[in-house]
Amino acid sequence: MLTRRLMNHEWGGWVLLCTLGVLAIAVPVLNLAVPQDNPFHVSTYTVTLMGKYLCFAMLAISLDLVWGYCGILSLGHGAFFALGGYAMGMYLMRQIGTRGVYGNPELPDFMVFLNWDQLPWFWYGFDHFWFAMLLVVLVPGLLAFVFGWLAFRSRVTGVYLSIMTQAMTYALMLAFFRNEMGFGGNNGLTDFKDILGADLQSDVTRIVLFVTSAFALAATYLMCRVIVTSKLGRVITAIRDAEDRTRFIGYRVEYYKVWIFTLSAVLAGIAGALYVPQVGIINPSEFQPLNSIELVAWVAVGGRGTLYGAALGAVLVNFGKTYLTGALPEVWLFVLGALFILVTVAMRNGIVGLFRKLRHG
Amino acid sequence: MARAVVCTIYLALATTISLAYANDDDALLSLLDALNTRSFDDKAASARSIAKTEHPRRIAVLTALLEGQLYVRKKTDTVVLATRKDRGYLLFDILNDLEIGEDSRRSVKKITVNNKLRRLLRSLIAGLQLDNPDPMARLAAVEAMSASLDTDTISVLIQHDEAEQDTDVKQAIARIRTIYDLQADDPETRFAAVRAAGHDISSEVRTRLLKISESPEETPEIKAAAERSLKRIQQTLDRYAVIETLFFGLSLGSILVLAAIGLSITFGVMGVINMAHGELMMLGAYTTYVIQLMLPDALGYSLLIAIPSAFVVSGLVGIAIERGIIRFLYGRPLETLLATFGVSLVLQQAVRSIFSPLNRSVASPEWMSGSLEIVQGLSITYSRLYIFIFTLIVFAALWLVMQRTRLGLEVRAVTQNRAMAKAMGINTTRVDILTFGLGAGIAGVAGVALSQLTNVGPNLGQGYIVDSFMVVVFGGVGNLWGTLVAGLSLGLVNKILEPMAGAVVAKILVLVFIILFIQKRPRGLFPQKGRAAEN
Repeated sequence: MLTRRLMNHEWGGWVLLCTLGVLAIAVPVLNLAVPQDNPFHVSTYTVTLMGKYLCFAMLAISLDLVWGYCGILSLGHGAFFALGGYAMGMYLMRQIGTRGVYGNPELPDFMVFLNWDQLPWFWYGFDHFWFAMLLVVLVPGLLAFVFGWLAFRSRVTGVYLSIMTQAMTYALMLAFFRNEMGFGGNNGLTDFKDILGADLQSDVTRIVLFVTSAFALAATYLMCRVIVTSKLGRVITAIRDAEDRTRFIGYRVEYYKVWIFTLSAVLAGIAGALYVPQVGIINPSEFQPLNSIELVAWVAVGGRGTLYGAALGAVLVNFGKTYLTGALPEVWLFVLGALFILVTVAMRNGIVGLFRKLRHG
Repeated sequence: MARAVVCTIYLALATTISLAYANDDDALLSLLDALNTRSFDDKAASARSIAKTEHPRRIAVLTALLEGQLYVRKKTDTVVLATRKDRGYLLFDILNDLEIGEDSRRSVKKITVNNKLRRLLRSLIAGLQLDNPDPMARLAAVEAMSASLDTDTISVLIQHDEAEQDTDVKQAIARIRTIYDLQADDPETRFAAVRAAGHDISSEVRTRLLKISESPEETPEIKAAAERSLKRIQQTLDRYAVIETLFFGLSLGSILVLAAIGLSITFGVMGVINMAHGELMMLGAYTTYVIQLMLPDALGYSLLIAIPSAFVVSGLVGIAIERGIIRFLYGRPLETLLATFGVSLVLQQAVRSIFSPLNRSVASPEWMSGSLEIVQGLSITYSRLYIFIFTLIVFAALWLVMQRTRLGLEVRAVTQNRAMAKAMGINTTRVDILTFGLGAGIAGVAGVALSQLTNVGPNLGQGYIVDSFMVVVFGGVGNLWGTLVAGLSLGLVNKILEPMAGAVVAKILVLVFIILFIQKRPRGLFPQKGRAAEN
């Protein structure tokens, strides 16, 4: 019953889930079991890169949930991603222990460097994995809740809300760049050693992280799919299409909006937490407004309001970015700019929309 | 007959004058001869006497002595002016500067001066220049005299003070007298000077007051007076600091207004946020740069030419954006936001490819560099002052366009109710094009102003979009006065918070403040009235 509700006529979702399933099985085998000189061997570098794309895909789905289904264009979703990443980064920093450059058992390197004599209070508890994971969920969720509650209650909508979210991530970027904040200033948190006792550099850990990301992405997709196909999802879509009418019918629009916004932020935070151990660094540049707005481009290119389209867009655009910034660095911003113009003017529903048009003539 | 009389009188006059000159000449020459001595004290005495004569050449003589150009010609034992030429010296008559021949190095002897004598000479020359008609020269002379203060110079200054008209010079003299009196032996004079010193905020006076207030030899009375004066000086300085902060705030605010006002118009009329607005400012700044490259000799004019050029360049690019992209996206503000963001990326990268990613510096013309000193210790830079005035001019011009022209009327009508305006026969397409061109052009003009404050680079405009949107939101969309008030007050708040909390925190606080402000007044300080504004 649930399967039918979720997956009826949803071939894109099937493709996504099947691809993830294949990847989760094939990549570990190809990386660990196939010898390095074999042409089918997948290098650890590629595994990490793909893991990164999966995290971005998850982030894109979280944005698609609010933008594609509720019409809230958040230009600050990168902030929730980065906050989740920071929470994870703080846990990883605590795991370094005495292996830092200064070998201080109590303080991370950057604090020793800045002559701090004790751990700030907000670093307490990050030695425990469960506590860090709790904050990965709580911090972005709480920020989104407060922000959303303030914004939606006073009916800040449209471009106002978009720019406000951008201002939010901009303010956070400025704040995290400050050394006094206690999050490593502009260098951020890096030089991680291990996670849950496993060496972060080892192939097995990387594979585990990759598989975890694949599962997280699949779970995110399914959960969002459950939500958007439920009655709640119908209300949310109604809000996107005619907010005033929904309100007049008797729904408390702001509650729905706050709820979906908070959930989306939590998902973004989890994506960030998975992202940081794989790339090995988190710094304030993740808060850059440009990052958040690039994220919007992923969703738009893939096709908003479809969930799997967002995932597809994230992977495609990031693949293009990795390729272009390596091969033709000057061209990348032209391409990104052109993508924005193209998907808004000519391709409103992105790649998924293109496929649909082809199928239905 | 009459002519004969006139001639006689004239002759008689000429004779007396030349006679008087002859007398003076003799006096000067004898004093010059007195310089030919080994004792520096004697030289000083005759230098003073020279300064007291009324001879027109006295300043030249003293300057020559100071610069070591006075020599004794051994053959005639007279004092002459000499400059080196090849191996020997070229000699000139002291009285009329005429060349009187050459001599070998051996046959002249330099009249030497020591440091003490140099100081005396400088102050004597300065004292003589006090009669200069140019107040700037008089001021310089007074400053020069303060280097060697003694009873003589002070009495010269006091004497001069009575005749002096210029307030700057009078002030300088008063300061020198205060500084001199602060060192006086007589406690009464010192006490009076300490009390008077509270009006003077110069650092020399402050260091002397500090010395007095800490000196163990002073009477408690004088010490207390010194502390009072110091406190008073500090109060004055604090007051100046406040004024300076206010000025900096207004200056920042004027930049914000310039950046936001174009955005405000387009947002008001079309309901779309032009994310490429900052890049249009950047284009304006680069236009200034290019025009300056083309006219390297006319720095002052190039800036004036840059203002209309930047308006045209950015305006045309703006119209191109409107025609090429935005018109396909009407009714979809979020998509417009994304598309114009794409444009901003393309423009940034285009400029980076054409001009290199490095920052370019645009030179400021002479009339924009330097600063205007309002009173001592309080000065404001010309560039910021001019930009503030420029903002007001741009604002006034725009206000006139909006209130007094047909276009302005149509723009306001479309802002209030697009459908109704259209129904009344207003060509909204034309209004859209012109408004967008106008808004973009003003962004270009803002770029010209910005090029005078910072370096010009591809990222110049990036930081402004959030700030200017905040101004628009704070002031109320499509409201010129709201933009002005909001921009200036945000600039002020930013600069007032800065010394207390640091620049970054100040910025964050302002952002948080605006986010909270929107809660209370979602339509800004000056919301549009009527039902049409709510949709």
